[in-house]
Amino acid sequence: MGQKPITFLRQVLAMCAYPELLKDSAFPDDAKQRARRILEACGGQSIGAYSASQGIECIRQDVARYIEKRDGGIPSSPDNIFLSTGASDAIVTMLKLMVSGEGRTRTGVMISIPQYPLYSATLAELGAVQIYYYLDEGKCWSLDVAELRRSLQAAREHCNPRVLCIINPGNPTGQVQSRQCIEDVIRLAKEERLFLMADEVYQDNVYAEGCKFHSFKKVLFEMGPEYSSTVELASFHSTSKCYMGECGFRGGYMEVVNMDPEVKVQLLKLVSVRLCPPVPGQALLDLVVNPPQPDEPSYNTFMKERTAVLDALAEKARMTEEMFNAVPGITCNPVQGAMYTFPRITLPQRAMDKAKEEGLVPDMYYCMRLLEEEGICLVPGSGFGQREGTFHFRMTILPPTEKLKIVLQKISAFHQRFSQEFS
Amino acid sequence: MQEMSSRLMTVRPDKMAALVERAARIKETLEQGTKKPYRDVIDVSWGDPQKAGMKPLTFVRQVIAACLYPQLLDGDNLPMDVKQRTQKILRCCDGGSVGSYTLTAGIPEIVESVAQFISQRDGVSADPENIWIHSGSQTSLTSILALMLSSEVSTKRGVLVPVPGHTTTPLSVMALGGVAVPYFLDEERGWELRVDELQRALVSARETCRPIALYVINPGNPTGHIQSRKSMEEVIRFVAENKLFLLADEVYQSSVYDTDSEFVSYKKLLHELGPPLSHTLELASFHSVSKGFMGECGLRGGYVELLNMDPTVMPYVQQMLQLLTTPPVVGQIALELMAKPPQPGDPSYLLFKRETELIRSTLVDNVKRVQQVLKELPAVSCQPIQGGGFAFPRLHLTPKAIRKAKEADMEPDMFYCTRLLEDTGLLLSPGCVYGQKEGTYHIRFSILTAADVMEELLRRLSAFHLQFMKDFS
Repeated sequence: MGQKPITFLRQVLAMCAYPELLKDSAFPDDAKQRARRILEACGGQSIGAYSASQGIECIRQDVARYIEKRDGGIPSSPDNIFLSTGASDAIVTMLKLMVSGEGRTRTGVMISIPQYPLYSATLAELGAVQIYYYLDEGKCWSLDVAELRRSLQAAREHCNPRVLCIINPGNPTGQVQSRQCIEDVIRLAKEERLFLMADEVYQDNVYAEGCKFHSFKKVLFEMGPEYSSTVELASFHSTSKCYMGECGFRGGYMEVVNMDPEVKVQLLKLVSVRLCPPVPGQALLDLVVNPPQPDEPSYNTFMKERTAVLDALAEKARMTEEMFNAVPGITCNPVQGAMYTFPRITLPQRAMDKAKEEGLVPDMYYCMRLLEEEGICLVPGSGFGQREGTFHFRMTILPPTEKLKIVLQKISAFHQRFSQEFS
Repeated sequence: MQEMSSRLMTVRPDKMAALVERAARIKETLEQGTKKPYRDVIDVSWGDPQKAGMKPLTFVRQVIAACLYPQLLDGDNLPMDVKQRTQKILRCCDGGSVGSYTLTAGIPEIVESVAQFISQRDGVSADPENIWIHSGSQTSLTSILALMLSSEVSTKRGVLVPVPGHTTTPLSVMALGGVAVPYFLDEERGWELRVDELQRALVSARETCRPIALYVINPGNPTGHIQSRKSMEEVIRFVAENKLFLLADEVYQSSVYDTDSEFVSYKKLLHELGPPLSHTLELASFHSVSKGFMGECGLRGGYVELLNMDPTVMPYVQQMLQLLTTPPVVGQIALELMAKPPQPGDPSYLLFKRETELIRSTLVDNVKRVQQVLKELPAVSCQPIQGGGFAFPRLHLTPKAIRKAKEADMEPDMFYCTRLLEDTGLLLSPGCVYGQKEGTYHIRFSILTAADVMEELLRRLSAFHLQFMKDFS
């Protein structure tokens, strides 16, 4: 989307791919040192060799150390880290592991409305029962534990609820859950014996004042052994988002907490089927958890690039909220984190009637018209789930700031025209 | 967490786990300086050429490096054709970056290249619409299997799988709720696939499931057998008569050593047989960059080509395959370069030719050496290694050895491999992992190794084997 890759990351990867470059004086020493270390850990010192199914051991060790540092020293073991082909691979694997039963005992999996459609698609494919809980649009899309309880109670009538999926920071909503909220969710998980799946791929994308990313693992352990030794948790992260944006490499990992050792054996079987995660993605992940340090040659450039990306995203988040809220008929919650905005659009009745005539859901009709008239492609809220009678669209805030501004202006103008046409 | 996918529980635990773990521990103690009768662990349990010392192709790695770090294009160190290919590839990537998501089926220009590669190989045109790129061929296979092995129906569905055969596919089948029905390859006849055995397997399968597909590995893993045209034709007719889906795993298609053998793709043969078979037989063919002269297992580049799929099923196929998100871009680039290597006249051509020739001759020599050495050893017999990535010799173990193994609560060939690892640092896999006829024992090791690694492997193996046979005579 025009976001430049981080120089350091690409330098190391290039040297891993073509080790002749290690002799090239144009590359800084810290990049070379990292490349050598990664190559040492690969079979035959090549990224073209298979790695262990769970991922290269020294990279898992680096990931564990990164997590410990992030979470204020709470221990993390490499044995509980599974490298994966993007976070999606690990998420799907865990769901495959946990879905079982028939009829009334069929596994139920709780997932938010709105949500990232990977979950609903996978659950449908696995034949799991999807248990929806609504995020509260009026309260910045926050998670409401009372709502979780409500949906859980209702679900118990027809399935066996076993898993609770949380996306934090949220996709498509961008909300960053408060610490209190995370604690409440953990308490609920313990009471109701739910397996927590915490999709935290946007953990470095937090912009709003007063918002902070709290990892589920950290909060769990800070709640004391009563929780930290019983609640089952899997946390997911990837190289696709944050400041890296390296989606094409398919780098990711999962950390499991309190997983039954016998279950872990089954998990290892499952991951062995796909042999191993792509080694370039594993290498990239290693760099993400092992970035240049203040005393290293690449540090300044690295930090400059990283800060530029994150600052730009923060500015775009702010600008998006501001510009959309200025349009009558568009209400936009603050984009607290992640990379998207999910504003609500009010559509005139006549527009909804026209959509029906065309055989389309109203927000799909809206997006089709926008595409035709302005060449802007958004995803209708119906793709992510929304409360009955409400309509939304999801837009990324990734285009370069100047371009984004133009896009926002065009959408605003379109909306006003559209409302006028069907008034 | 006791309640868990029950399908997985039926899948046998990984037999290699203990051996692999032990190998890792031995490696550690060697690194710490402990003296052993050998200086290193040689792991030939996977078909992984680069792990065993074979070098990647320079052209491939230069292009990948330049795609990763396009600043290299400004320098003088890369040949012109590397730069041109890199630019061509980057133009096909969103934002000119290999870090961007791509279409789920793969970058269209690369899918097109793969289609052309297939067309050139077979003399039959390939439609890019029927090709999907994935993170390795096993990922492609799993997604096709997922389509076929629905859990909604009351009767389980079955897939016929070869024995001996690598374990990933049966594991996939079972994890998806299907039944893996074994059919035995005929060791006495060089591991030939016999239709009467397929028939027997099919009949027995019907007792426990509804068989819907036949999975064939050609060239074979671990057997190294290359199917004759006649055999392939028989398979095609068998599949057609019994309305099965044919899954053709052809990842070793570039690995042919025996000058009298020829690899022919199932697609090509099907085409030669003409209608109605060529228009009706449902076929999925799999290939990847992991083997052959590329040997890029870790990059995860594979594809499936589908033929004669029911048009009403296609939308579901598309939906299913969408669920997998972007295949790794570096893997896609490797596929592009495999499909379209340097041509005569290109600056990189001579080096490319030299390197691929070296790989080819190394492997041909490895196979010769292996067959020579094994022939000299007592109590070992080995069918001709026509192609593929492994040697799969048979061990004729003495009753004493078999008894000792049973005492240790191990399969006899696992016992052999365990002792082998301890005494020589060689990590091979026992035949019991791949399946074998009752009362027969085998070992499998990769022949995709550097020449010196092969020499050392054979030296240690021979010495061990002679001692082992002596100890248990």
